[in-house]
Amino acid sequence: MVRARETREGSPWRGLWVVVAKEMADHLTSARMRFLEFLMVLIALGTIYMAIQNLRAGEEHFLFLKLLTTAQEPMPAFVGFLGFLVPLIAIALGFDAVNGEFNRRTLPRILAQPIYRDALLLGKFLAGLFTLALVLTAIWLLIVGMGVFRLGVPPEGEEVARSLWFLLATVAFGGVWLALSLVFSILFRAPATAALASISLWLFLTVFWGIVAGMLAQVLSPVQFGFPQEILSQANLELTLARLSPNTLYAESVLALLQPAVRALNPILPIQLHQAILGTPLPLGQSLLLVWPQLTGLVAATILLFALGYVLFQRQEIRA
Amino acid sequence: MAEVVIEAENLTKRYGDFVAVDQVNLRLQAGEVFGLLGPNGSGKTTTILMLLGLTEPTAGLARVLGYDPQRQPLQVKSRVGYLPDQVGFDDELTARENLSYIAKLNGLRHPTGRIAEALARMGLGEVADKRVKTFSRGMKQRLGVAEILLKRPSVVVLDEPTLGLDPEAAREFLQIIRDLKREGITVLLSSHLLHQVQMICDRVGLFYRGKIVLEGRVTELAQQVLGGSYRVQLRAEGPDVTEILKAVPDVLSVDQREKSYYELEARRDVRAEAAHAAVSAGARLLAIGLQEPSLDDIYARYFESVGANDRSHLRIVGGA
Repeated sequence: MVRARETREGSPWRGLWVVVAKEMADHLTSARMRFLEFLMVLIALGTIYMAIQNLRAGEEHFLFLKLLTTAQEPMPAFVGFLGFLVPLIAIALGFDAVNGEFNRRTLPRILAQPIYRDALLLGKFLAGLFTLALVLTAIWLLIVGMGVFRLGVPPEGEEVARSLWFLLATVAFGGVWLALSLVFSILFRAPATAALASISLWLFLTVFWGIVAGMLAQVLSPVQFGFPQEILSQANLELTLARLSPNTLYAESVLALLQPAVRALNPILPIQLHQAILGTPLPLGQSLLLVWPQLTGLVAATILLFALGYVLFQRQEIRA
Repeated sequence: MAEVVIEAENLTKRYGDFVAVDQVNLRLQAGEVFGLLGPNGSGKTTTILMLLGLTEPTAGLARVLGYDPQRQPLQVKSRVGYLPDQVGFDDELTARENLSYIAKLNGLRHPTGRIAEALARMGLGEVADKRVKTFSRGMKQRLGVAEILLKRPSVVVLDEPTLGLDPEAAREFLQIIRDLKREGITVLLSSHLLHQVQMICDRVGLFYRGKIVLEGRVTELAQQVLGGSYRVQLRAEGPDVTEILKAVPDVLSVDQREKSYYELEARRDVRAEAAHAAVSAGARLLAIGLQEPSLDDIYARYFESVGANDRSHLRIVGGA
């Protein structure tokens, strides 16, 4: 006779903040994290220095945002670096979260304390997310400080607001990769396997997915007669496919948030630009509307991946 | 009648077709030390995990201190101390920091005093601020007990507590278990090191292929399995006294292991008669002794009989 599932007693979140505090302390003191922080600071200093050299020539609007987005050969812009550094940091924070406990044989001990598994997993995820947010905020402050120091002007209110949204988008982007590496750390018993799986998926989405999306679009929606409709529908399909990758969503969010002159992320027809004054910046609210689907997409992907990890972890036997 | 603190009724765990634990019935009274014995993979650990609510039984009921480990795991886990087999700690943290984390997970208000007390009791006061990675296996095991003491539990569950310890550390550990019993704590332990279990357990349950096939006090089991036989060892130089010893009343068999060493199997304690017979026959009696029935014998004999007969034999003594 199999008993029907009965409700559990007690809060599933008991002990959550204890786990968060412990895991964050672990992250912040780990050699792995220090190394990545060092790398981040180095990149921030390098790219911002280059950007400042470039900017000084002519006075413009949104100087601070340009600090983040200006690139000078051979250095990419700061945001370009973030696009691949944030996933790496997130993966580094999560790839051994659960299997590491298994291998150290600490999991049965921890779960024998009066907490539910829910608190442990969410605690680990939140600790990773907070750590990421902490590091990114520190770097954001560093950049603002450097900007004030070198440019000699304080940032405008709108710039601060836009760069804060950018910070938020970056944390959400990191959340996707953190949740993904958490799932792999539950699936694979060896941390090295989990790390490699996360990194290969990241490589695939970063390098190959754009190419694959283009090829798929050509196959699924071929341009047979050269009609504009055909070309447009192929371009739209390619974009839709590309947006399955969190990298695309993040790149688009950053583009619209940090470059106020960007008014559309989809292909648009000349008729849609009727009466538009090209080159004028959009207000923040409009830019946000533009990237709202991208931002919610990143958050939704994070939640979905975490839910998957949650289900897997709840069903896992804790015996080695 | 003493209070029942652990109760299992037809507890069953299946993994697909494999039955890991098959309708186990258990009753532990307050203050007793109960040993779960059996070869590796016979279902001991799975039974323990079900009692703690760390894995879900396929069927059957468990009660620990009156709580259902499935529905009220937090209640059970805050009152029961569990030491998993091959316990692991966070190697980068000190002993004190490891315990502090566990104390917080248990929601203890002012744990500092309790932690120091528990560490001192386990003889770890001097190394409290050393990282756990410098600890020996025996020290980690004692740290595990210190962690259990933190909760001031009324029930303690130990999974293979002496496995991998050197003889000195194992002896110390057995003393720790005796001390727990003296404080009135109920102890459930699993082991396959029979002579150690015999020294400390009030009752034992013998696992074989997921079932408890024998259960009771060691002396009762000896009666049951060894048929109430006594083994007398006799060392005597001089003439061969095999035939003379065989003639002693109630002696069942005589086995001359070496030239001057005999082992007698008898229905009662025949030491006096056997000594008299040997001396009368002109032998020089050097030593005579009665061998206590050991769990090793019971175990070996039991599995001999299981191997010799068909498997239905298992049920004869099942669920005693």
